[in-house]
Amino acid sequence: MSHHSQSIRWIRPVVFIASLLPLAWLIWQSLTIGLGANPVEKIQRYTGDWTLNFIFITLAISPLQRITGIVRLKEMRRMVGLYAFFYACLHFINYISIDQAFEWDAIIKDVAGHKRIVFGFISFIILSVLAATSANRIFQKLGAGYWNALHQLIYIAAIGSVVHFLLLVKIDIRWPLIYAGVLAVLLGYRIVFRAHKK
Amino acid sequence: MDKKHDIKPSEITPKELYMNRRQFIAGATAVLTGLSSLELLVPSGADSGQRLKIERRGQYTLQEEQTSYKDATNYNNFYEFSTDKEDVAELSRNFRTRPWTLAIEGHVKKPKVYDIDDILKLFPLEERIYRFRCVEGWSMVIPWIGFPLSDFVKKCEPTSKARYVEFITLLNPEQMPGQRRDVLEWPYLEGLRMDEATHPLTLLSLGMYGEVLPNQNGAPIRLIVPWKYGFKSIKSIVRIRFVENMPTSTWTKAIPREYGFYANVNPDVDHPRWSQARERRLGEFSKRKTLMFNGYADKVAHLYSGMDLNKYF
Repeated sequence: MSHHSQSIRWIRPVVFIASLLPLAWLIWQSLTIGLGANPVEKIQRYTGDWTLNFIFITLAISPLQRITGIVRLKEMRRMVGLYAFFYACLHFINYISIDQAFEWDAIIKDVAGHKRIVFGFISFIILSVLAATSANRIFQKLGAGYWNALHQLIYIAAIGSVVHFLLLVKIDIRWPLIYAGVLAVLLGYRIVFRAHKK
Repeated sequence: MDKKHDIKPSEITPKELYMNRRQFIAGATAVLTGLSSLELLVPSGADSGQRLKIERRGQYTLQEEQTSYKDATNYNNFYEFSTDKEDVAELSRNFRTRPWTLAIEGHVKKPKVYDIDDILKLFPLEERIYRFRCVEGWSMVIPWIGFPLSDFVKKCEPTSKARYVEFITLLNPEQMPGQRRDVLEWPYLEGLRMDEATHPLTLLSLGMYGEVLPNQNGAPIRLIVPWKYGFKSIKSIVRIRFVENMPTSTWTKAIPREYGFYANVNPDVDHPRWSQARERRLGEFSKRKTLMFNGYADKVAHLYSGMDLNKYF
């Protein structure tokens, strides 16, 4: 691994920094022109969008690697996946703290009473588990078989997040449908690929 | 994501200045074309931004901090232009509100078509500061200008068959780009029961913040029903019909499970997908509790006595 990573050493910091740009943009906006009439909602939407974007980038890496033949792309997957969790945390924290003001009764009612929140919550828990088990030593402890099986849960989190988004919009489902379409391509590719392998 | 950074407030010409300029141009044109000065006093086309003379300030002036004009005019649910609240102001900028007519139809003694400029002179204009609560969970406090719908209904002389009032928005996909997509069934339609329509709180609004209604807020004439969710307060009205049967509102037709005919603000009846117990007042950091009938329970609760509000949401 060491001599392989040598050649893409520069790419790690670039991806690391680039993944922070959406957050930097949000902070920049808030400090300059402001976040509009409803900043809390804007932060909520924005961090939600970027959680989904990073989940999708994570899921796009292995197809891209197969298509382009650049094997080392795979080494980016963990970092990008952790960024999906990072933006999900911002999304979750904004919801709990600023949006719901730590009113636990209201939060519990919200989770229990609304499918939309259930889907989001389950997806967040999955991302947390995947992030917590992402370290090399846990991979070694669990063994590749168990670890890979566990990390298949990313598909559930991806579907759950898109449904969470779909249930948010009142009637204009254009954007959730675009996300659902991209997800269908990413999942469809895997189904086709596996069918071919057999 | 944000596109509202084109002009700084300091760069905008003060309203008095550019209005003077317009009047000067209008005056010069009038002199050249030989129009009488009297005609200059009558607004030829009430451009947004033009001041409206308020002749009455009644009892309906809420003692709560008003939403900033900037927020109220840049965060608008007006699907005829866009489903993105922050895009409506820009997309409606060139919307033409003159000439504009309002047709009165249905069970009335004499159907009639009003010109909007005649409607402006029909009744003394009154300022009313109301809470405005959107079904999405945010709210504003807005100083509207208009007159009670009940005055207008009286003038229309509905017959005994008129049990409901139906309102219809302009249908014009050329001017309203949102109507080129069928997210909702166009034209937008709303309705009120006769007793709701003639309730003293119900307003036909022609302006806000002392000015003619901005396009994005429903120019040139809109409905304001402060105890109902915002989508009942239909914008840019071209037709009012007095009907016998309960109209099916646009949102009810779209998703009957989620949006009912009454749409009264009610913290105890959740939207199927989100809570209605609290709301975020624009400009405020923490949420506040939503009030029954948006805080107007003492004035309107009797309209719904004996009704199951879980069923008639």
